[in-house]
Parts: sequence; structure tokens; C-alpha cells
Amino acid sequence: MIRALLARRTTVETKDEATAVPLDEALARETPLVPTTSIAGRSLVIVIAIMTFLAALAAGAALLVADASVDWRSEVAREASVQIRPVAGRDVESDVVRATAILVAAEGVRDVKIYTRAESEALLAPWLGQGLDFAELPAPRMIVLKLVEGKRPDLAQLRRELAEQLPNAALDDHRLWVERLGQMAGAAVVVASLIFVLIVVAAGLTVAFATRAAMVGNREIIEVLHLVGAADRYIARQFQRRFVALGLRGGLIGGGCAMAFFLLSGYLADQWRATPGGDQIEAMFGSLSLGPRGFAVIAAISAAAGLLTGFMSQEIVFRQLRRLQ
Amino acid sequence: MLSFEDVGLRYGTGSEILTDLSFTVEPRSFQFLTGPSGAGKTTLLKLVLMSLEPTRGRITLFGRDAATLQKDEVTDIRRRIGVVFQDFRLLDHLSLYENVALPLRVIGRDEGSYRAEVLELLRWVGLETRITALPSVLSGGEKQRAAIARALIVRPELLLADEPTGNLDPTLARRLLRLFVELHKSGTSVVIATHDLALMDQYEAARRLVLADGRLHVFE
Ligand SMILES: Nc1ncnc2c1ncn2[C@@H]1O[C@H](COP(=O)(O)OP(=O)(O)O)[C@@H](O)[C@H]1O
Ligand SMILES: [Mg+2]
Repeated sequence: MIRALLARRTTVETKDEATAVPLDEALARETPLVPTTSIAGRSLVIVIAIMTFLAALAAGAALLVADASVDWRSEVAREASVQIRPVAGRDVESDVVRATAILVAAEGVRDVKIYTRAESEALLAPWLGQGLDFAELPAPRMIVLKLVEGKRPDLAQLRRELAEQLPNAALDDHRLWVERLGQMAGAAVVVASLIFVLIVVAAGLTVAFATRAAMVGNREIIEVLHLVGAADRYIARQFQRRFVALGLRGGLIGGGCAMAFFLLSGYLADQWRATPGGDQIEAMFGSLSLGPRGFAVIAAISAAAGLLTGFMSQEIVFRQLRRLQ
Repeated sequence: MLSFEDVGLRYGTGSEILTDLSFTVEPRSFQFLTGPSGAGKTTLLKLVLMSLEPTRGRITLFGRDAATLQKDEVTDIRRRIGVVFQDFRLLDHLSLYENVALPLRVIGRDEGSYRAEVLELLRWVGLETRITALPSVLSGGEKQRAAIARALIVRPELLLADEPTGNLDPTLARRLLRLFVELHKSGTSVVIATHDLALMDQYEAARRLVLADGRLHVFE
């Protein structure tokens, strides 16, 4: 039809099309329908970067504690100890020797270490204070067993054997300690997860506000798009494109910072390990370095920040448009 | 194609701007909608576009009662209607070319598939040298022609134009009226809202719908 009209055209002079070369590209480039400048873009990127950073820290901390607690627990579980209490009428030294004989014979025991009298007293010193004359005190003697990994001995059986011959011997398999450690680590992981969830919710609300603001700012454009026949889905997708871009940028910045943080803390922990204080930090937090799994989790969080931002804004726009009319 | 039955409209709690409107627009027809400024021409066109709901009465579009349409159906019907707004409503951040191509872009067509078509139409309305310009640097007349091109690009079954020649010199106005007439002859129903008597005299064969004091008088 338009071709037919053109055939009839009489009065229009067409200007020379000297600009044809760059024009091709200019025409093919599709300007986003939601203008880049119409969203409070930079603030949103910064907020998402901060949220992603905090979420990644929470997740990383949860992973560190969970990993460290596995380490502690397997270490502690690889040990057991026997206490020989001095009682009237028994020779502690010979009881220690007899107990050691039973323990060495037991299957699954890799190594037996007898704490000498002096060592046992040194263990107690922090609780009883120095300068005490232990000769006066009936201090118990300690025997520590290293257990074979993966093939723990039947400790109940061992306990019975000891009890038959030595009523003053008590076997401690550290189970209580292990359980308590597990509970502590579990609680720390739960708290970190809770913080993570709260951050995600806060980030979601921020995106929701930003989306609504963007819709108000672009009401005119939305109206025109509707009037030229754009479906709600189509309009929502235009918003989603802009928000995905912003969300990904924020996610990458925040995730990148979190990775840098963990790399740095891992490096510093290595430096400290040589010092006496470093041992204690390592005991609490494990090696403090996250490992490839942790970095993969952070990368996933960064990507999820972008995708979730886009998805949320699209859904919000779509619902708002539905409610319109 | 389009019919109003006893349609009334008021803005908010004001008095009725339009009262008891009953008329039809037949397929392949051509009409001027006229009346003094403030008579309600723009309001009537908004009712047709379903961007306003009538306070009472019934509007039927392409055989469907407008009040019962689902949102997707409203979208489908809008794709069959081309509109030239009095205030143009071009998107300020898009080039003139992109503005004119917008109705094709939003139905998911590929840029390559409509480029030739859009350029031809732009040439026809005399905007071929302004293709990459943003609306903010265009004159009123150029914006108006861009708005007309955007309405025509989908080859609508119904064309609504609100004062489409208001910013144009008489020569260009005549040429664009001829474009509307050609469009009508090729099968589109055309409704042109105008208070330009000289323009209406150019095409005597058209029906005239005259709005006065909120009521409509039809002159065949
Ligand atoms: N959004 C609105 N709210 C309230 N009154 C309006 C609105 N739009 C138009 N009007 C009033 O309705 C009347 C008709 O306006 P309009 O349809 O624009 O007339 P025309 O296009 O014929 O000049 C005018 O009195 C105008 O003030
Ligand atoms: Mg008007």
C-alpha cells in the first residue's frame, strides 16, 4: 500500500543519501526502551554491591565454620583418653602400666601416650594455680590414645575390660566434647544463614522500591508503549533488561570484593600461622582460606544477584501493569 | 467497526463533557470529527482507544464490547488502530526512525525486516534527512509528521488523528490529507479530529461528526 502511495508521490524531493554508510549501523542499534538514565542506576548498583558483599561474607563465614568444625570433630574423634585416679591402697604407677598394656593390645588403637607425673601436673596447673605442691595432691594420671582413622575400636568393650581390672580407670571418648562442638558450629551456621536470608530479603525490597520508582518515572513511556500495542509482558521485559544489567554490575562488584576479602584473610592467616597467636586463630576458624568451593559459592551469589534483580523487577512491573487498566 | 451507544463521560465529579453519544464508524469510511476547542474531541478519541472508560453507555470495537475485554484483547485491538496524538507522544530518547518503527518493534519484529518500509514512509512524509534526530531537536511540524508516520506504519484498520495538521503549513497539510485519503481508499477507516475548516473543505465527501455542548451531530 505504501509502495503504491510512493508511486504517486509528486512533490517530495528526496535528498541525496550521502550518509548511508554509518547510517546502517545507527539504524540497527536498538536503543533500550526504558532509558538508561531514568533509573537511579548508580545508587542501585552500589546498594546491590553492598548487599552481595555482605551476603557473600555471611555465606563464606558459614562455610568456614562448617568446614572447621568438621576438622575439629574428626580430630577430636580420633582421640580418647584414660584417667587413672589415685585411690588408697593402689599403686598408681603400676595401674598405669597395666592399663597401657590393655590399651596397646586393643584393636584400632594406633598410639598410646602416657603423660608423666610432671606432664599431668602441668595439664592441671592452669586450673589449680602454680606453685602448688602436687606431691600432696592425689593428681590423676592421663593416658592419651590415638585411634586408627575410620576403624575406631569398640570403646564400650575396652571400657568394660579396663573396669574389670582397674576400678580406678575411666575412659573418656570425648563424645560430649564432639557433640558440643558440633552444636556450636551448627548454631554459628544457622546464624550466618539467617543473616544471609535477611540480606536477600532487604535486597529484594530495595529492588522492589527501585522498580516502582522507575515505573513512576517512566509512566509516560509505558503509556505510549501500551497505546502502540505493546503487551504487558513486553514492557515488563524492557524493565527487566535494564535491571539485570544493573544487578549484574552490582553483584560482580560485591562478589569481587568478597573474594578479595577472603583471599586477603587467607593470606594473612598464613602469615600469622608462624606466630604463637596464629595457632589459636587457626584452631577456631580452620585455615581461614575458603577453597575453590567457597569461591564458586560467591560467584554463584554474584550471578544470582543480577538474575534475581532482573526477575524481580520484571514480575513487579508485570503485576503493576496487570493491576492498571 | 466502531459504535457508541448512549455514551456519557465526566472527568471525576465534574459535569458531563460528553452526553448521549450514539454513532457508528463503518469500515472503509472517512470522517472529520469537529467542534470548537474544548468540545471533547480528544476525550472522544481516548474513549475509542480505551485509555478512558465511559461513565455510562456502551462502546463496541471490532464487534467486541469494550467493557468486557481482557487485557490481551485490548492489546490486540490497539494493534489494529493507528493513532496520531495531538501532543505527538514521541519517545524523547529514541531517534525519529526508532519512534516511527516502535509499533513494529513492540510486536517483536526484527529491525531488518521493517527497515525499508520505515525509510520509505519517512521519505514520504519528508523526514528522510532527520532519521537519526531525537525529537527534542525537531520542529513542531516535523514531530507531527513523525507521529503520523508512526500511526501509519502498521497499516491500521482504523486510523485516529487528533489535529494532525495543526502545526503544518497549508501545502504540507494538503499533502498529508491526501495521504489519509489514499489510506482510506485502500481500506482503512479514518477519523480526523480537527477544527480547521479549510482542511475539511479539501475533502467534501467526508462525513462530519460535529461536537457541540457535549452532544454529537452527524452530517452525512
Ligand atoms: N484529564 C482531564 N481531567 C479533567 N478535565 C479534562 C481532562 N481532559 C480534558 N478535560 C476537559 O474536557 C473538556 C474537553 O477536552 P478535550 O477533549 O481535550 O477537547 P478538544 O480536544 O475538543 O479540544 C475540556 O473542557 C477540558 O478542560
Ligand atoms: Mg484536543
